[in-house]
Amino acid sequence: MRPRLYWPVSLAAAALVALLTYGVASTGPDTSIDERLAAGERVEAPVRDLPVLGADGTGSLADHAGKVVVLNVWASWCEPCKTEMPLLQRTHERIEPRDALVLGIDMQDSTERALAFLREEGIEFTSLRDRDREYARELGVSAYPETFLIDRAGRIAAARRGPVTEEWLDEHLEPLLEERA
Amino acid sequence: MRVLIALALLLGLSAAAEPQVTLPDVEDEVMCVECRTALNVSSAPVADQQRAFIRDRIAEGMTKEQIKAALVEEYGPDVLAEPSGGGFDIAAWLVPGALVALAGAGVVLLAGRWRRRTPEPADAGPDLDPGDARRLDAELTAFDK
Repeated sequence: MRPRLYWPVSLAAAALVALLTYGVASTGPDTSIDERLAAGERVEAPVRDLPVLGADGTGSLADHAGKVVVLNVWASWCEPCKTEMPLLQRTHERIEPRDALVLGIDMQDSTERALAFLREEGIEFTSLRDRDREYARELGVSAYPETFLIDRAGRIAAARRGPVTEEWLDEHLEPLLEERA
Repeated sequence: MRVLIALALLLGLSAAAEPQVTLPDVEDEVMCVECRTALNVSSAPVADQQRAFIRDRIAEGMTKEQIKAALVEEYGPDVLAEPSGGGFDIAAWLVPGALVALAGAGVVLLAGRWRRRTPEPADAGPDLDPGDARRLDAELTAFDK
C-alpha cells in the first residue's frame, strides 16, 4: 500500500474495530451484582417506578421498605417461568405473614397475554411491567427467569440466574426472614 | 340519486383497492425484542408472541403504521428495526453514510487515475493528398463491383 494511503486506511480500520468493540461491550449483561454477591457483599437494589400490571398506577421496590422481597423477573412466553410460578405463589402465601412478599417484574411481554398467564397459573402476587427492559438491565438480567432476594434494608442479598428451586429458597430466604430491619 | 350511487361505488372500489396489511409486511420492519434479530427470521418464543400480536391487530383492521405504534406501546421502541437515533444507535446512521462517502471518494479517485493512465488514441497520420484520395476511392469502388 502506498504510504499516502496507509495512515488514513489504518485509522479508518482502527476506528471501525473500536466502534464494534464498544457496541458488543455495551450490549452485554452487567455482571457487577454477581461479582459483589460472590465477594460476600450485599448490593443496593435498583429502584424504579414501573406501571402495575393489570392495574392503574405505578409501583416499585421502595413501596416495600422494611420487608423482605422476592423479586422475580418473568415473561408469559418463557416456559421455565411457567414452571416455577406455583412455587413462587406458595412462597408468597407462606412469607406474607412474616413481613415479606413476592414481587413480579414482567418484562417485554404483551399485557393481554401476561394477564392471561397469571389467571391461568392462579397467581395473586403483584407484578410490575418493565416494558423496555430498563429495570431488568439495571439488575443485569440476561435470561429468564431470574430471582433476587432483597433484604429489609433494600439490598440484594442473593440472585438466582435461572429457575428458582425450593432448596435455594430454603437456603437463602429463611435467614433473611429472620433478620430485622 | 345516480350521482350518489356512483360516488358510493367509487368509494367502495377505492376501499377495496387498498391493500390489506399482511404479517410479512410488518415482520421485516420489526425486531424480536429478546433475541435482537429481525422478527421474520426469529423462532424464539417471544417472536411467536409478537407475531400473534401482529395477527390480532391485522384482524382488527389496523394499518401497518398503527400496528407498529401498537407494538411500540406494548414492547417499547426497541421493537422497531430502525435505530432510535440516540447514543450508540446513532452509529447505525453514521457508519453506512460514512462508508458510502468513502466509497464515493474512492471511485472518484480511481476514476481520475484511470483517466490519466488511458493512452491517447494513436496518431492517425497525415491526411491523404487529394490525388491519393481520389485513387483510393476509385480502387474501393472497383473492389465493391
